[in-house]
Amino acid sequence: MTIEAQHIVADAPADLVLGDRVAGRLYTDPEIFEQEMTKIFERTWVWVAHESEVPKAGSFKMTHVGRQPVIVVRNRKGVINTLLNRCRHRGASVCEKPKGEANGFTCPYHAWSYSLDGQLRGIPYPEGYEGVMDKSGMSLRKLRTASYGGMVFATFNEDIEPLEDFLGDVKLWIDRFMKQGGGYPIKVLGKHQFKFKGNWKVQLENTTDGYHFPIVHRSWMASVDEETADMMSFMTDPECTTHALGNGHSVMQMVPEHSDLDADDGTEPLQARFDDLVAQLKSAGLDDAAVRRLVRAMHGTGFNLNLFPNVSMSAAFFRVLRPVSVDETWIEHIAIGPDGPPEVVDPVNRARLRVHEHFQGPFGFGTPDDAEGWDRVQRGAQGAPEMPIMVNRGLAREKDSPEGWPTSHVTDETGMRGAYAMWKAMMSDD
Amino acid sequence: MTEVLADTRVPLTDPRVIRAVELIWREAELLDRKEYVAWNDLYAEDGHYIVPIDPDTEDFDNTLNMIYDDARMRGMRVTRMIEGYAIAAVDAARTVRTVSRFVPASVSDDQVVVRSAQVLVAYKRGRHDLWAGEVEHRIRLSAEGADGDRITRKVVRLVDSEGAPPAAGFLL
Ligand code: FES
Ligand SMILES: [Fe+2]
Repeated sequence: MTIEAQHIVADAPADLVLGDRVAGRLYTDPEIFEQEMTKIFERTWVWVAHESEVPKAGSFKMTHVGRQPVIVVRNRKGVINTLLNRCRHRGASVCEKPKGEANGFTCPYHAWSYSLDGQLRGIPYPEGYEGVMDKSGMSLRKLRTASYGGMVFATFNEDIEPLEDFLGDVKLWIDRFMKQGGGYPIKVLGKHQFKFKGNWKVQLENTTDGYHFPIVHRSWMASVDEETADMMSFMTDPECTTHALGNGHSVMQMVPEHSDLDADDGTEPLQARFDDLVAQLKSAGLDDAAVRRLVRAMHGTGFNLNLFPNVSMSAAFFRVLRPVSVDETWIEHIAIGPDGPPEVVDPVNRARLRVHEHFQGPFGFGTPDDAEGWDRVQRGAQGAPEMPIMVNRGLAREKDSPEGWPTSHVTDETGMRGAYAMWKAMMSDD
Repeated sequence: MTEVLADTRVPLTDPRVIRAVELIWREAELLDRKEYVAWNDLYAEDGHYIVPIDPDTEDFDNTLNMIYDDARMRGMRVTRMIEGYAIAAVDAARTVRTVSRFVPASVSDDQVVVRSAQVLVAYKRGRHDLWAGEVEHRIRLSAEGADGDRITRKVVRLVDSEGAPPAAGFLL
């Protein structure tokens, strides 16, 4: 095959995605980015919160659906809503606190005030609107919101399928992921945020890229104890696989023996680095089995569950991407841990925070190296936009699992192919 | 004895404060020159190097931080920065930082706490990034003289600690 024959030249963005390769232009073309915002981010379910981030009536957080600013807020009845953070008068944002508690939202400009449900409650000097406008039609725009397993999603698309259908087989893996609470529910402990000068899909690919791990993360590997490094020795283990789960979702199992944390034959020793924690938990009154459940889950589950388009449930944390422009993406690394009595969960969560800090965030031992790799992709991809980005690794060894999931080795690009197939389907939809 | 300095300030010309400021400036230059082994030697064995996310917290144990290093983590961090495996450190931005606006927060014969402002410019591949932060150094003064002075705690509170800085291949 000549070089030219491998080039991907087409007018319609959907035609730039082939089964095993995509045009480099997908990372660099601002026109394509504009279409992605409307055809993908405003049409599908987008992750916006974990329920623990809005624990009680009036709790809220600010976030985005694609580029659009929203507030995720729990109302008096305990229902979580997602409201567009934009005043119905002349457009000011009604909230600029990243998170907190409120009785409602009052716009700072002319003080229109909205309830937790987004209803317009008060207008100063209302005489001017008599015979002009009825308050009832001027609520904050509300997005459809639904959750599964504590994961809250919102969408601008009123006609989209129910969240549970969109997730499909992902639900089983969300259930497994949440088992890292060791018998307790999961709560958010804090988050790192950082930005990189690159396209959002570079990050989307990365959460299902087992191949880069020992290369990019050699520095992190060198800094952890042998037991932890061993857990990450999936490169040549045929048991470690990636499944494409449909709708662009995938799961990458780095440590399959930790995929279902309830399946424990008791033979695996707990890591010595957690000896102090074990002692603390025992003195808090936990029996051996309860201690083991918590400590065996310190590195989270053994997989990355990648949900199209914006969240990955990665081992022990959530990785959330936010597209800002064709060449800028913001990323959150959200630390999670068990929610329960302080004497039990505080020591566990202190240790989990230290594990998280070790790898994640702008000064972690892992994240900056990832970010450098992605920066280099964005810079390199400026060259020959028609030249393909290859996502063909493992194509010849990809087979269906008994569940019917396309499956290949954990270092293969099965998950990326699944994500790009979904991208292609959504971008061809008019 | 520690003087609390709400109203009565210890002047910057106090020899104990001068020793602290000299150490802070030496540290700043070592970090800009990426001489991380020498930098780590400025810290006491029980010293902590901290870059929090929460702007108000003092409870670093129970909150998520960007950096929360004891001697063990600092040692591993230095290794990471110099051993050549970390692609972010190999291709790190060049940095120039100014530390100033010193305020002695407490001064005694064995410990000086100094608050300051740090403005750092990082240059990489055509971009200048600005990193601004409030800094607090706790410095243990040695009875043997300035060479024995060590940092027991440094906290860098970035103005955008709750925002999204770029990932960094250098230290603050
Ligand atoms: S813009 Fe909000 S009240 Fe006028
Ligand atoms: Fe990575």
